[in-house]
Amino acid sequence: MLWDAIFLQLGYNATLVTIGACFLGIAAGVTGTFLFLRKRALVSDAISHATLPGVALAFIVMVAIGSDGRNLAGLLLGSALSAWIGLLCVGWLTRQTRLAEDAAIGAVLSVFFGFGIVLLTVIQSMSSGRQAGLEGFLLGSTAGMLWNDALLILIGGAATLAAVLAFRRPMELVAFDPEFAAASGLNVPRIDLIIMCLAMAVTVVGLKIVGLILIVAMLIIPPVTARFWTERTDHVVLISGTVGGLASYLGAALSATAPALPTGPIIVLVSFVFFALSLLFAPNRGVLAAVLRHRRFQNRVHLRQGLLALAQGQPIYEKLTLRLLTRAGLARPDGVATDAGRARAAKALRDEKRWEIVRADHAFEGAAALYDGLREIETVLTADQIQEIDARMGGPKGVSA
Amino acid sequence: MTLELAANFGHAPSAEQLENSPLAVRGLSVSYGQKPVVFSVDMTVHEGSMTAIIGPNGAGKSTLLKAVLGIVKPLSGQTMVFGKSLKTQRNRIAYVPQRASIDWDFPTRVLDVVLMGLYHELGLLRRVRQHHIDKARACLERVGMTEFADRQIGQLSGGQQQRVFLARALAQNADLYLLDEPFAGVDAATEKAIIRVLKDLRAEGKTVVAVHHDLSTVPEYFDRVFMISTRKIAEGTVADSFTTENLDKTYGGRLATAHVDQLGLATG
Repeated sequence: MLWDAIFLQLGYNATLVTIGACFLGIAAGVTGTFLFLRKRALVSDAISHATLPGVALAFIVMVAIGSDGRNLAGLLLGSALSAWIGLLCVGWLTRQTRLAEDAAIGAVLSVFFGFGIVLLTVIQSMSSGRQAGLEGFLLGSTAGMLWNDALLILIGGAATLAAVLAFRRPMELVAFDPEFAAASGLNVPRIDLIIMCLAMAVTVVGLKIVGLILIVAMLIIPPVTARFWTERTDHVVLISGTVGGLASYLGAALSATAPALPTGPIIVLVSFVFFALSLLFAPNRGVLAAVLRHRRFQNRVHLRQGLLALAQGQPIYEKLTLRLLTRAGLARPDGVATDAGRARAAKALRDEKRWEIVRADHAFEGAAALYDGLREIETVLTADQIQEIDARMGGPKGVSA
Repeated sequence: MTLELAANFGHAPSAEQLENSPLAVRGLSVSYGQKPVVFSVDMTVHEGSMTAIIGPNGAGKSTLLKAVLGIVKPLSGQTMVFGKSLKTQRNRIAYVPQRASIDWDFPTRVLDVVLMGLYHELGLLRRVRQHHIDKARACLERVGMTEFADRQIGQLSGGQQQRVFLARALAQNADLYLLDEPFAGVDAATEKAIIRVLKDLRAEGKTVVAVHHDLSTVPEYFDRVFMISTRKIAEGTVADSFTTENLDKTYGGRLATAHVDQLGLATG
């Protein structure tokens, strides 16, 4: 069943939804990257909640003029208008009052959403409103998606994607260093507005499939996921788009396998799986990598300390140290050094003596700054320099076992 | 009877200076909220000079630069760049902002940052070609950072980050370089590298203006000073204007006498 869904064998509607969702996912992932990099992720939450009154008002207007209130294009246009007003409100509140942006977002989000819900109840009481199904815009509803709806989503998603790619350079510049961007002649507020408008476009396009409450997840989870895998902006964009597209495709396909599975929430959950896997297993920034890195480092410290203890005939107190030495074949479990251990210990002690001289001598200041207890002296000094130091030490000394 | 103001604010740039100077400012005032940070400041930067902007903390040094660059909007005043409006001369100005204002965990590599300096050439859609990359690498070489080109910027030391910012400004290939505390929190090697690059720029006939904190290096690094404490206190060559008297006026006695003596300045 799942395979059928993934290979688009589950019928006309499921295929439309899956392809539409995939497009939306790519557009959302790519657009969301710039929101994320500009640290404005939450603004998208205000935008999405501000769409609701627009949807409701558009329905009322369309019914009033005698056309079909459920026309998707009309509803999306209404949602875009009210999202735009919400966006202006956030901007105005932040600029003209002492409210911080997060407070402004909270205020706009809740007021617009509340107003939208009130309008929905009004519509419920209208004669033509009972079958409106506008609640579907809250969490997305894909059951009755039409070819025209899918086309609208496809075109909207593609246009947004094209616009993001066209403006990617100034958006990156503004996100990284707004002062430098302004000094280069970029109109920073306008670029910010473009970022917000693109996020708004994605939100509006995505209303039908994932709904206004969860669209934020599609804008934010993919770039955050992508960030784990790369240190380059263009790669974050690429990976984020891929993750967004893939998660949406899989999520939509998955939700098509059972009648009651809602599309939006499943997409978000699939995205979360990608996120969780990245968080844990990404090579450099992942949690596991960080733990391993720390462990390896700790082992090096213990091994070095153990060798120095062996060299000076001191007992080894820490179990971890002894275990590491034993495992490396440098000591017996009772703490007595093996032949190999004695040789390594002697070298460690000699190097430590060399470092002592290096650190005491002003002429080696640069090299001495690199001392951290672990660094091999050969990586810092040339063979000649080491020879010179050895000469000062009075030749290599034997080390008592 | 005319009242004489205690401080010698110097002269506003003449019409001729407005025409010819790389950067001329007349009557510039900037405020954050209701508090003026820069008040009615005149400034004339001489072509081919290296000017240090000095003054106490909160004296408006950085704000002056930002207002000149249009990053903050002034309340009043006129700024001319090479005798024309700022808008038409953007390509001729390079800017090095303060390092502290940046999120260094941003996903970008050293080379990418330097390429940002080529925005004027690249515009929205032009592709980054090999000659752009070569140019960026050449800029990195001038600041001694070639081997770090592929590093994520967060992996650099403070001094290295500052050098990357200087390389980005070099990529802008400008005639006027504005730097905001380029020596703040950098190591000695970086300071040397930066000052060498700046002096090379001056030798090429470019103009350099830097907000500067360390008074002891002013005579060694710069040939002109601009002293500000909300208002302009003095402006001129280091020999004429970098005096104990002007320092007292600028810092309002906040500089210990011993410190000023160490600078070995002529009095009066």
